Amino acid sequence: MNYYVERTIRALLTVWLVITLTFGMIRLLPGGPLVQLRAELSRQGYSASRINALIENYQNVQPDQPLYVQYFDYVTSLLQGDLGQSITNPNSVASIIGDALPWTMFIMITSVILIFAIAIVWGAVMAYREGSTFDMASSSVSILLGSMPFYVLAIGLVVLFSYKFQILPARYRTSPGVEAGLSVKFVVDALRHAALPIASLVITGAGLQALAMRGNSISVLGEDYVRVARLRGLSDRRISTRYVARNAILPMYTGFLTLIGFYFGGSPILEEVFTYPGIGYYLFQALENRDYPLMMGIFLVITIALVLSVYIADLTYGKIDPRIKSGESSEAY
Amino acid sequence: MKPTESESVGGEFSFETTSSDVEVTWGERLRDFYEEFIYKPGVVAWNDRRTKIGGAILTVYVVMAIASLFYRQPTSNQAARGLHPFTIWSAPLGSTASGEDVLAMVIHATPSMLIMIATGGVFATGVAVVIGTVAGYKGGLIDRGLTSFSDVMMSIPGLPLVMVLAVVFEPTNPAIIGVLITVNYWAGLARAIRSQVLTLRENSYVEASRTMGASTPRILFKDIIPNLMPYVLVNFANAARYVVFTSVGLYYLGILPTSVANWGLQLNNAYKQAGALVGTGALYQLVIPMLAIMGIALALILLSQGLDRVFNPRVRTRLAGGSESTASETGDETTASNEVMT
Repeated sequence: MNYYVERTIRALLTVWLVITLTFGMIRLLPGGPLVQLRAELSRQGYSASRINALIENYQNVQPDQPLYVQYFDYVTSLLQGDLGQSITNPNSVASIIGDALPWTMFIMITSVILIFAIAIVWGAVMAYREGSTFDMASSSVSILLGSMPFYVLAIGLVVLFSYKFQILPARYRTSPGVEAGLSVKFVVDALRHAALPIASLVITGAGLQALAMRGNSISVLGEDYVRVARLRGLSDRRISTRYVARNAILPMYTGFLTLIGFYFGGSPILEEVFTYPGIGYYLFQALENRDYPLMMGIFLVITIALVLSVYIADLTYGKIDPRIKSGESSEAY
Repeated sequence: MKPTESESVGGEFSFETTSSDVEVTWGERLRDFYEEFIYKPGVVAWNDRRTKIGGAILTVYVVMAIASLFYRQPTSNQAARGLHPFTIWSAPLGSTASGEDVLAMVIHATPSMLIMIATGGVFATGVAVVIGTVAGYKGGLIDRGLTSFSDVMMSIPGLPLVMVLAVVFEPTNPAIIGVLITVNYWAGLARAIRSQVLTLRENSYVEASRTMGASTPRILFKDIIPNLMPYVLVNFANAARYVVFTSVGLYYLGILPTSVANWGLQLNNAYKQAGALVGTGALYQLVIPMLAIMGIALALILLSQGLDRVFNPRVRTRLAGGSESTASETGDETTASNEVMT
């Protein structure tokens, strides 16, 4: 139980530190966001008190208050779910994120599930036929696919499937005019728009994961307990599913959850290529327009997603793998 | 009381001075270093197809970087507009719609990319080694503090952090960009190194150094870090690949200053007019920077996979002709871990 408490505290501490970091970046950097925003507003001819009021609205800080009051205001409004007001978009930061986040999550989670499904099967088969032509060819293909950044493949897929053959749409989450809802038309349309982004992540990501699975499986195959199982005359099927697969997949479990977080981080590039309005797309827009409240809001949300996925991975790993002990060495030299 | 802090400074009694009759000279030390770190790895690397190909590809990029000193800078209207590749000698890879020599663009992007890779890789692995070994070796409160720090750094999403920092600082120096990209990449590596040090520090030779009163930095540099070198080098290549992917992505997005030559900018320019390129067969403008990016990433993956074997002591002794008795142990090398999680 002690471990869970400690882990929870650490997760909360991380989120708090990132909040403080964003506050520091907004507030303290010389020539940073707030200074630029103020210069921009005074160029537009606002009076000094009006500028302060606007900045308070945008960023939940009152620039004329002492620093610790500003910090306190910033943190309390964040805790109430108020992420401030976008400068370039009429909506609040929270509502923009609420609209965009489900779409990004849909793309990322689907991709990562597909990557691991493919990697586990493919890697296991490679390990099983280790040294064969199939193994050699598969390893080479995985390395080749892994050397391609996902956005490079994304561009290639758009050029091929959207411009040349015109089978799949090149941009947006849905076609204009399609109403959101649980209709067949909407689901099919959303899937068609998501197909290329998901494909570019899966194709470039699965190869290297499959190689990792191959390595795990090969080292498990050499373990004594597998040899003992063979000597006991257990069926091949039972050995491969109960003994080899389970132990080879276990180390990949943490990777599974952290990869979701990693791809969340990569979403700005992916969503920019496909003009797919998820949080990454808005983050990129915010960066381009120097829309600091939106930028920091999305940055916080992505961080929390990452912290949360690592947190879940850590908490559940002990449940999945009973051998994991959380004892830490306190011996000091 | 920690034994490491009772090191004798006076010099009236020290284990090092007593062994002066078998003191190794600098020449011997250099030769040892050459044997251990250049000759033997070289032999094994040459025997592994992956490192051979990877090294060859990387050499091409180094040659390109050197060639950029002599080849003309890309400017608009230096060649006829929209030339296809392999049509004229003055612009072998064709030209863009604004008449820029595509080959010049590719070549001039190489030196800064190599600088970025080198600084990013050195920074990431260097910080990771320092934090990971100190945390793992010292243990206790220092370990707890450093591990929590790495955990926090690990939890901040890399690319968005780099994007925000790039917008705030607007770096132009490739060395600074390299460091910026790996600003929190080291954290995961530091954690992995820490857990390796936890087992290394229990070795008897480490204990021997400790009882002799060697200082902590000395133990770390002489006993611990040499054992980690293989792992560190493999991860240097992985960090380098991460720098390639991220920097090209940032240039593609136009977040890093667009005044320099970079494959990501070429990609961006070509993709913006991709619809128009499809019909005219001008897709080479897209394909050439793609090949440049994939080539260097491929070289780095091959190197990281091959290096894994180079430092496997069994493979190395056998191939470098050190010992006959281990020659039969071939079964072990295939289990070399393939940790290539992105």
